[in-house]
Amino acid sequence: MSVSTGQLVADPAPAAPEAAAARKIEGRSPWRLALQRLAHDRASMISLAVIGIIVLVAIFAPVIAAITGHGADQQFYAPIGLTPDGQPLGPSSHFLLGTDTLGRDVLVRIAYGARISLLVGVVATVITVAIGAVIGLAAGYFGGVTDSILARLMDWLLAIPFLLFAIALVVILGPGLTVVIIVIGFFGWASVGRIVRGQVLSIKEKEYIEAARSLGAGPWRIMFVDILPNVLAPIIVYTTLLIPLTIVTEASLSFLGVGVPPPTPDWGQMISDSQTVYQYGAWWYLVFPSLALLITTLAFNIFGDGVRDAFDPRGDQLFV
Amino acid sequence: MSEPTPTTGAGSDGDVLLRVENLVKHFPVQSAQVFQRRRDVVHAVDGVNLEVRRGETLGLVGETGCGKSTLARCIMRLYDITSGQIDFDGHDISKLSRRRMRPLRREMQMIFQDPYGSLNPRRRVGSIIGDPFAIHGIASGQDRKRRVQEVMELVGLNPEHYNRFPAEFSGGQRQRIGVARALAFRPKLVVCDEPVSALDVSIQAQIINLLADLQSELGLTYIFIAHDLSVVRHVSNKVAVMYLGKIVELATVDDLWRHPRHPYTDALLSAVPVPDPDHADRRERIILVGDVPSPIAPPSGCRFHPRCPKAAPECVSTEPVLEPHLGDSADHTAACHFPVEEGEDLSKARPTIAAEQRIVETGILGGSTPGLPGSG
Repeated sequence: MSVSTGQLVADPAPAAPEAAAARKIEGRSPWRLALQRLAHDRASMISLAVIGIIVLVAIFAPVIAAITGHGADQQFYAPIGLTPDGQPLGPSSHFLLGTDTLGRDVLVRIAYGARISLLVGVVATVITVAIGAVIGLAAGYFGGVTDSILARLMDWLLAIPFLLFAIALVVILGPGLTVVIIVIGFFGWASVGRIVRGQVLSIKEKEYIEAARSLGAGPWRIMFVDILPNVLAPIIVYTTLLIPLTIVTEASLSFLGVGVPPPTPDWGQMISDSQTVYQYGAWWYLVFPSLALLITTLAFNIFGDGVRDAFDPRGDQLFV
Repeated sequence: MSEPTPTTGAGSDGDVLLRVENLVKHFPVQSAQVFQRRRDVVHAVDGVNLEVRRGETLGLVGETGCGKSTLARCIMRLYDITSGQIDFDGHDISKLSRRRMRPLRREMQMIFQDPYGSLNPRRRVGSIIGDPFAIHGIASGQDRKRRVQEVMELVGLNPEHYNRFPAEFSGGQRQRIGVARALAFRPKLVVCDEPVSALDVSIQAQIINLLADLQSELGLTYIFIAHDLSVVRHVSNKVAVMYLGKIVELATVDDLWRHPRHPYTDALLSAVPVPDPDHADRRERIILVGDVPSPIAPPSGCRFHPRCPKAAPECVSTEPVLEPHLGDSADHTAACHFPVEEGEDLSKARPTIAAEQRIVETGILGGSTPGLPGSG
């Protein structure tokens, strides 16, 4: 109460003695509060550390290759990298995680595969979310015909069986990293757009939007200065939860042979490859890439859950 | 802006800041039926005439849903109006595009009802109050910060709280932020849409006094919407009483309180609580029957006739015009065929129209009291 009476007096005099302290008066933004909550969540911090390690592995993949002395595409023939009858070798001091069907070092290929997974996971997700956010904003804010067209487009995209269409598209466009990113972005934005649109529909009825209009703000300023910060929380949460999904999607495409083409090392491709030799006892070729995929997606998922809890502690606003 | 060019020619006097003529705002509504789509129209504001002079405060009162806020938003051009004309400071603004309207927005501002809903929770106070500067591209960087802090001081906020978020302020302080934002450019006209009804009583007085002080300091003109009649009486020079999208009575405060001419005004005034219990007991309270009829299908003739204690057949057939009655001055107009005379006791009056033309009290909850706070 004493604070508020001090503020209610227009006379600046009472503010003077606390001037030094007042310099530090800085509102605690909702973001900072959320980040503080996140920092106190142990599971999120552990998964963040795991994500950090994976990122380091991806960045320093050439270093790992140098230490082992095996290139990512370097093949070792029998008897060094393959058994005399051409089967992969199990884990040994020479090949820590064994070799694959062509006598390549699984460890080095997993390290390089992390690059593809993270790259596609992050880039495709960011593209997806950016498109979805802008279209969702436009649909929700402008309403009317714009909304009808965009909302039907989203419905249409969500109704398409993704995998079948993705395979068809890759066949037409030819496989490659860029194509995979485009395909994932093209099919992914609709769900983001829907979430953003719903949020915008409720936010645009708020009085502060009316206040902005009464001040003379145009539609773009209202969309990006007034509305966007209010839908950023669900967007961020959705982004962190979408990354592991995208990584799995990329792995699935590669598993089906329509993802990143060989010889680029890729986890999905390795898992697919391992099927041919698993029955002959080469468990390491299946288990280690799968573990890499599992740990990565799990870490992102747990982290995403933490982000959601941090941004939405009551658990009632973002998602229904 | 500097030189107002009169648009209405004759009868426009330089003292009039805002003139509203025959303002109509209809909202189309679609009843959601699968096979038949009916288009109904809500007659939110139906032919309103108003004049606001420079430096005065026009109070706007009426029950929830009578079109007060819609009228305010039409004047602010937040809504496109259906028909009619709005002259602001010599400019006809009724059909200006958003772009053409922009420079004029510096001169007319709005203070909103809800101090929680009207401030963006994700933005800092400095940036909210700096919004008018940012939108109109005036002052930037340190200069803008200085001017924002000046305004904050003007409305009694600590300028050091520039970087705080709205959530860190109390309701009264938040309303001061809203006032600061509206006054950043020293506008000519400020439309206050129930600026105190969301605050508790002690804070209401602070904000009202602040608004009054700022008015004399900056020479502001207010349109003050409220449903609390004692607040309106305190701040206004003139009062317009609205019922179902129309102004039913328009008078100076003293005139209106001394001899209300419209039965609705009389009923409203009789509902104002009196601090003296003895006096309150002696007073006859006029209890109106029923609720405000639907603005989708307003009653014929005088819109008040289904609830009016004095309703006569003429009220059903012809619509009364807003004009002076019973020797009132030209400033005191009422739309009523049978204006209330001094000393007349409305609580004893009985309507002379057929029962089916009236709202009949149903059950125990049928009667409603005008002037009770609603959501507006």
